[in-house]
Amino acid sequence: MLYFSRWKVTTILLTIFVALVVLIPNYLSSDQIKNYWPSWLPGRQVVLGLDLQGGVYLLYQVDVNDYKQKRLKALEGDIRQAMREDPRIGYTGLGIQGDVVQLKIRDADKVDEAAKRLGNLLNPLSTGALGGAAVTEFQFDQGSDGLMRLGFSETGLDKRLGTVVQQSIEVIRRRVDQMGAVEPSIQRQGSDRILVEAPGEKDPARLKNIIGRTAQMTFHLVDLNVSADEAAKGNLPPGEILLKQKEGGMPMVVDETPLMTGEDLTDAQTSFQSQTNEPVVSFRLSTSGARKFAQVTTDNVGRLFAIVLDDEIISAPRINEPITQGSGQISGHFTVETANDLAVLLRAGALPAKLSVAEERTVGPGLGADSIAAGERAALIGTVAVVIFMLASYGLFGIFANLALVVNLILIMAIITVLQATLTLPGIAGIVLTMGMAVDSNVLIYERIREEQRLGRSPVSAIDAGFRRAFGTILDANITTLIAAIVLFQMGSGPVKGFAVTHVIGIVTTMFTAITFTRLVVATWVRYRRPSVVPL
Amino acid sequence: MRLLRLFPDDTKIPFMRWRKWSFLASGIASVLCFVVLYTHGMNTGIDFQGGTLMEIQTKSGPADLEGIRSQLNGLGLGEVQVQSFGADDDVLIRIARQEGGDEAQAAVVTKVQASLGDSVDYRRTEMVGPRVSGELAQNGILGIISALGLIMVYVWFRFEWQYSLGAVIATLHDVVLTIGFFAVTQVEFNLSSIAAILTIVGYSLNDTVVVYDRIREMRRKYKRLNLVVLLDLAINQTLTRTTNTALTTLIALAALVIFGGEVIRSFTASMLFGVLIGTYSSIFIAAPVLIFLDPQLAGDKSTKKAEDDAEEAVEPA
Repeated sequence: MLYFSRWKVTTILLTIFVALVVLIPNYLSSDQIKNYWPSWLPGRQVVLGLDLQGGVYLLYQVDVNDYKQKRLKALEGDIRQAMREDPRIGYTGLGIQGDVVQLKIRDADKVDEAAKRLGNLLNPLSTGALGGAAVTEFQFDQGSDGLMRLGFSETGLDKRLGTVVQQSIEVIRRRVDQMGAVEPSIQRQGSDRILVEAPGEKDPARLKNIIGRTAQMTFHLVDLNVSADEAAKGNLPPGEILLKQKEGGMPMVVDETPLMTGEDLTDAQTSFQSQTNEPVVSFRLSTSGARKFAQVTTDNVGRLFAIVLDDEIISAPRINEPITQGSGQISGHFTVETANDLAVLLRAGALPAKLSVAEERTVGPGLGADSIAAGERAALIGTVAVVIFMLASYGLFGIFANLALVVNLILIMAIITVLQATLTLPGIAGIVLTMGMAVDSNVLIYERIREEQRLGRSPVSAIDAGFRRAFGTILDANITTLIAAIVLFQMGSGPVKGFAVTHVIGIVTTMFTAITFTRLVVATWVRYRRPSVVPL
Repeated sequence: MRLLRLFPDDTKIPFMRWRKWSFLASGIASVLCFVVLYTHGMNTGIDFQGGTLMEIQTKSGPADLEGIRSQLNGLGLGEVQVQSFGADDDVLIRIARQEGGDEAQAAVVTKVQASLGDSVDYRRTEMVGPRVSGELAQNGILGIISALGLIMVYVWFRFEWQYSLGAVIATLHDVVLTIGFFAVTQVEFNLSSIAAILTIVGYSLNDTVVVYDRIREMRRKYKRLNLVVLLDLAINQTLTRTTNTALTTLIALAALVIFGGEVIRSFTASMLFGVLIGTYSSIFIAAPVLIFLDPQLAGDKSTKKAEDDAEEAVEPA
């Protein structure tokens, strides 16, 4: 156990040297790395977790029910349309019942024709190529007496949700990119969740406001013949709805079917109204949108039209003259920032479904800095205390163990840097804990050497036996600890995962240093000093 | 230089003689843990209950806890807890889970910020919705069980089933007592507490395995030795290692508890407790439990000699 071939020694020393080189960029500023650090050397720095550098962790949940209701409503409209086609099919009781749309065909003769028309509405999502069955979004079943029920097919809904999540991620990315400044990571989690992590974000409220808005913009004609009070009592004409106005304005009754939607917009920018210098959002319409808008404004000169964002009226200007040039302005008592945000939302498009925050964790930069300071202090004091204890308990061999401890620390930090694993406050705790537990291997070896020596073995033989016999124990003990740590890594998220990462890395480096580095140091010492007795 | 040794060499502490007492003490303690858990419950944090947690720091002078409390109670958010956190200008606000799903839950932070305004620094905000909190709890329990299961399998492969069972009994003992620690002290039980428990599981097993390793080695060497004597011998031989490792780990943890900051104190404090318990259980639970799991070897040498010899013949040297 005490013989080391030349290449082994080289490998061990080289590993430590490489680790040191990897660590250097952590002590340089990014400018220094760019200007002075050779580009062929690894220039990565440790990634700090949100709890250390401040930032936002947002877990969004796609509101499946909201999405289903939206789709069912659209389906209901499509069914009405389909039955109206020539020849008309009479029906009663068309409506949404829980998760299905149902209707009853009046005339028994027309049931087959109705079923055929409904069959066209099932919305195929993939063809039945390659022998698989075709997947449709909806499925329908036919009851007696001409009762028809259309609902989601299970695979169809899953597939649609997948698309919805994907589209949402794209929309969020566009919005965040246009906001500038932060570089968040946006990823899908599970079947219906989206995780947004924005390290260093200083204004979490604004970020949340930008990401979470559905931003469905619609334009509706206002019906001034019905008062809001009347409407609140339930006296709404068919096809009209009551919408509240932003910042406590009077609610208004508007047509339920929008004249236009945000999809007709091609661009939106902040600008200032020429007379009042008030910030406004100017928008440009697509060609087809412009045509539609020109038509509607020509037909309804003198009426109000409401500009609605997520079921809330932003403003309701009067149509003074036909608007034909395909652009317009939205005013609504904006500040420059709110106007900017609205423009961003309109440019990036609407989310396909409502998102709600399922989990949110925000750390301000002040707490992050305090945590780093506390972590560093604890790490330093803990390590120094362990070093003193080892020195007092094992003398010269304590120095060997402490050397191994330092090498261990260097390796842990180097691996974290290379893997770009995230260092969190519990992660620092994991390193400190490793410092405490790392000496265990040395303690095991030293105690074994002591025992062997007391049994009458010569120093070389005792050291040799000590390392050899302790090895099995070290392996078993560390593997059990490793199992617990890996399970933690698997299930953990955020800061807890950070702890698991450093703990796992620490266990591995501990085994490495105990088996190679400590042994090398002890072997070298034996070779040069030829001790007559091991000072343990 | 005279080296520090906590125990003289060749200690002959009769640990096994105390096994009845240690079992009794651990048994009573475990039962008490369940009783307290049942009567007082754990102070489960928002990770498992859902709700909102905010850490704020006043910008001028010490915080007026009473003022903040009455101000937030006026918002109609249900149960609001306001307490000092570490320093007197640092305040922790806990708001219980809201009725009305994710949306009502998400609105809480905005409401509190609107109410307290710019007079305070928002250091930390955590909000966990009802659905996520349920999953987090489930994952946590699943994690602990799967870790125990995997380790049991590993020890079973490396040793024998008696050791595997003994290790799990000792570790379960530590888990129960640590949960009891949370119930008695009412320290917040959150995600990092699960991490603490898993770390304790790892540490305790590490310790147990070292003792078991020595027991196995001794049994191969001294096949005729009475198991009780053998266990005592093995524990005494590894005693310095056990205490030294426990000490260095406790030193490191103590540094974390004292200097590591308020945010991870429940995490580090529970680990400190767990390492103490884990060290105790390796000596006083894991080892003597083998006597019950392997009664054949535990009996009086003279009467069981024949069976011993029979086993010896089967067992590979």
